[in-house]
Amino acid sequence: MDVKGSEGDFSVTVKESPRYVDMDKCIACGECAIKCPKKVTDEYNAGTGKRKAIYVKYSQAVPLKYQIDPDNCIYLNKPGRCGACEKVCPAGAINFDDKEKIHEINVGSIIMAPGFQAFNPSEANIWGYGKYPNVITTMQLERYCSATGPTEGHLIRPSDGKPARKVAFLQCIGSRDENKCGNGYCSSVCCMYAIKEAVIAKDHAPGLETSIFFMDMRTHGKDFDRYYEKAKQDSGVRFIRSRIHGVEPVNAEGDLRVHYINEDGRQIEEFYDMVVLSVGLETPKEVVNLADNLGIAMTSGNFAQTSNFLPVLTSKPGIFTCGAFAGPKDIPQSVMEGSAAAAGAAQLLSNSRGSLTQQQTFPQERDISNEETAVGVFVCHCGSNIAGVVDVENVAAYAETLPGVVYVERNLFSCSQDTQDQMAKRIREKGLNRIVVAACTPRTHEPLFRETLKEAGINEYLFEMANIRNQNSWVHGAEPKKATQKAKDLIRMAVAKVLPQKPLYQLSVDVNQTALVIGGGLAGMTSALNLADQGYPVHLVEKTDQLCGFAKRLDRTWQGEDIQPQLAQLTQRIDEHHNITLHMEAEVSAVEGFIGNFKTTVQKKDGATVTIDHGAGVIATGGKRYRPVTEYGYGKLKGVYTGIEFDVARRVGDKNTKSVKSVVFIQCVGSRQTDRLYCSKVCCTHSIATAIKLKREDPSRQIYILYRDIRSYGEREALYKKAREMGVLFINYELYGAPEVKQDAEHGLRVKVMDHVLHRPVSIQADAVVLAEAILANPDAKKIGTLFKLPVDGDGFFQEAHAKLRPVDFATEGLFVAGLAHYPKPVEESISQAMAAAARAATVLSKQSINLEAIKAEVVKENCDGCALCIDVCPYHAISLTESTNEEGITSKRVTVNKAKCKGCGLCQGTCPKRGINVAGFTLDQIREQVVAALEV
Amino acid sequence: MEEITVSQNQTVGSVMVVGGGVAGMQSALDLANSGYFVYLLENSGAIGGAMAQLDKTFPTNDCAM
Repeated sequence: MDVKGSEGDFSVTVKESPRYVDMDKCIACGECAIKCPKKVTDEYNAGTGKRKAIYVKYSQAVPLKYQIDPDNCIYLNKPGRCGACEKVCPAGAINFDDKEKIHEINVGSIIMAPGFQAFNPSEANIWGYGKYPNVITTMQLERYCSATGPTEGHLIRPSDGKPARKVAFLQCIGSRDENKCGNGYCSSVCCMYAIKEAVIAKDHAPGLETSIFFMDMRTHGKDFDRYYEKAKQDSGVRFIRSRIHGVEPVNAEGDLRVHYINEDGRQIEEFYDMVVLSVGLETPKEVVNLADNLGIAMTSGNFAQTSNFLPVLTSKPGIFTCGAFAGPKDIPQSVMEGSAAAAGAAQLLSNSRGSLTQQQTFPQERDISNEETAVGVFVCHCGSNIAGVVDVENVAAYAETLPGVVYVERNLFSCSQDTQDQMAKRIREKGLNRIVVAACTPRTHEPLFRETLKEAGINEYLFEMANIRNQNSWVHGAEPKKATQKAKDLIRMAVAKVLPQKPLYQLSVDVNQTALVIGGGLAGMTSALNLADQGYPVHLVEKTDQLCGFAKRLDRTWQGEDIQPQLAQLTQRIDEHHNITLHMEAEVSAVEGFIGNFKTTVQKKDGATVTIDHGAGVIATGGKRYRPVTEYGYGKLKGVYTGIEFDVARRVGDKNTKSVKSVVFIQCVGSRQTDRLYCSKVCCTHSIATAIKLKREDPSRQIYILYRDIRSYGEREALYKKAREMGVLFINYELYGAPEVKQDAEHGLRVKVMDHVLHRPVSIQADAVVLAEAILANPDAKKIGTLFKLPVDGDGFFQEAHAKLRPVDFATEGLFVAGLAHYPKPVEESISQAMAAAARAATVLSKQSINLEAIKAEVVKENCDGCALCIDVCPYHAISLTESTNEEGITSKRVTVNKAKCKGCGLCQGTCPKRGINVAGFTLDQIREQVVAALEV
Repeated sequence: MEEITVSQNQTVGSVMVVGGGVAGMQSALDLANSGYFVYLLENSGAIGGAMAQLDKTFPTNDCAM
């Protein structure tokens, strides 16, 4: 890969490696891999299994097309010696003459998402990895636990195949360790994945004991601490605070011995069946070289350097980053950054939006209303997947006898491109107007066949699939006769269901291309500016009389960037932006509508209201800081501050805080307690950064940080290291031995804490005690949640649609969340999420109208009596009760469905006692026909 | 202070995403869904990245697929 040009107009040279398999022809039948004689270690299974030299990466791979590994293919290395795959391929897809291709591609922006590689522990040569078979990595454990892995989900010891009984996880392998691997940073994700694996492994091996050896438990993400506590209390995972520096073999069976020093200072020896190394994340060498070629600046840990204010922009203008390339991070943060990088590129390229995209066009749809029903049935062999078990000829002959069926055809692979073309041709030639494909699952293939119907000029919903593979040939391989009979049953049912099917049309809704952002803090301001720059009008609503929210109190980011000038600049840009309407001292008072068409009423302080029409909304209502009640003498003893108060006092030149000689920081004040079981994520790093500043000003100062786990995740670990080097003392405390703060008899304050290394109470004289206060949810969140019908979790933070894959979306379409309203997070993560929310909103706002799936609930007017039972079960708030009066003056009640909100789940249909509501495509009539057909034999 | 601003020059309305893991896929989808042509580059035979190797994910124990 080579890049020329500059932001807005890059020319990229890309090398495409030969695949040796024609992607258009390959039907992924797998015949080639069965015949291929060459076995190779499988990278996908992290080396725990084998694949062939011709392979698909994994069974659900996209694209599901085979490829030849040229380093291991016998033919490619010695032509004439093999070529078995070419001989057996029924599609003629093998192309040994495939060549490398060079592409010149013109783009406006580049997004780097090259990812990470797991640390290879064999290099360090101390944990016995690669030497003792029962020492494996966590990635390998993932594969052992997976149903598609080498043992189909059975957790067995590699040495002797016996079930594992006792497993130890060793943390920080390849992280926080400059001696053995050179990676000083924390990989951020290993604590949490180790807990998850330790819990899940127990499901795979009943009676399994799991222990995790760790230094600091870094479960700083949303709901992570709760999971940690549950792992301890409910799942019985053992946690030992100790770093293990070696694993020894015990016997020929493969048992392993682990030595450690426990918290009482005793040397302990334990035996394990298996040792799992929690390997860290690092940037692959080739990615470091690529970054170097592109001129992207990297950090000392080999991650892309970014500003905390622009966390997804590399040092090269126009080249963005997301995922682990700019620092180790977990899935939700990577997904957030993926959207944020898209927002950055869209902001830069807003003047060319829509200039290169294309619309797919389809022929005019045939009117079938006056036609006799004519069903076409296509029976798929799926290579030998179906035909190897089911007598497909017999099945096809049977299908011809079914009522309404006028045409039956068998296909080797119904999903291949040539079969698709042929199917469209048959539909036109034979005048077919209902289609049944008996093949695999609609989950993966229905969209493809619906497209084929559109190509053939008939309505895409006149279609039904019979799953005679996944639910038949694959599970009844041993009983071919019964499987053949079941295939017939399934096809008979599908035909019965498709016969009454009517054409359905997708609902097109106009989109109001205006955005609403609620909350004028850092996140809200960032979302608003990004959308405004993308060219969308934005209404920004702020409750108070000033912008900037929580960030107004902050000094510097963890990288040391000055926050206040940045806020001033953002404020100025917002004030001046022609696309932004600012509503200060205003609160949301009413909301109605749905994606593309929301109507939100905002009430000003003076009582005046404005109604804003908008297509999408971002909720960025922020959080607030915890105020200690009386903990640690707060509010009673002079010299006890919260973290933010201490910063403010120092900023304004307060003499007492300037002259301090001894300072004690107490961590987790208000966080990680029974009633608030979450980590506030920013406090460890913040206290460490302050401690470093204090030491820099005056190295003779005594600084102590009393902590439970230091959570300086990612490259923040460098700050932790630096603080220790500068002489800051870190003392670990547990909740049961929490510090006590009292007035000192002579001078200042006295802090007592139980030191777990010395095993005795320590007493410290302090001029100031700084309490690292928690971040709380905004108490307004519940009210806003009720207005927008958005869920709030037990801690009061907004609940995203999916913790991993939809971290900025709400389940309600068209609304998104950003910043502290979602969970405590540092500046750069708030900005990422705010940009991500803008990108997600732009996927709605960029369209003038959107099409909604046609499978929706419909009210059967003559049957509905307005009992309203369906309203309670609808998870999407799509049903409402309306009253109407007919010509004779009789009032009646009936439900109506908001089609834009309805998802067609069918709960209403199942609940209705009067047959008063139907889901199109799954009507009661259709299901009855299907059931009758099932029972017909 | 750095910032991303709207380019004043005429720009090219396409974006290249380098890497088809969960982050790259999200970028590609969001851009394609908001009016930009996307080239998605992947150095292996299939997209999905490291997440596709995971068995289950916290907190829902959903299959990572």
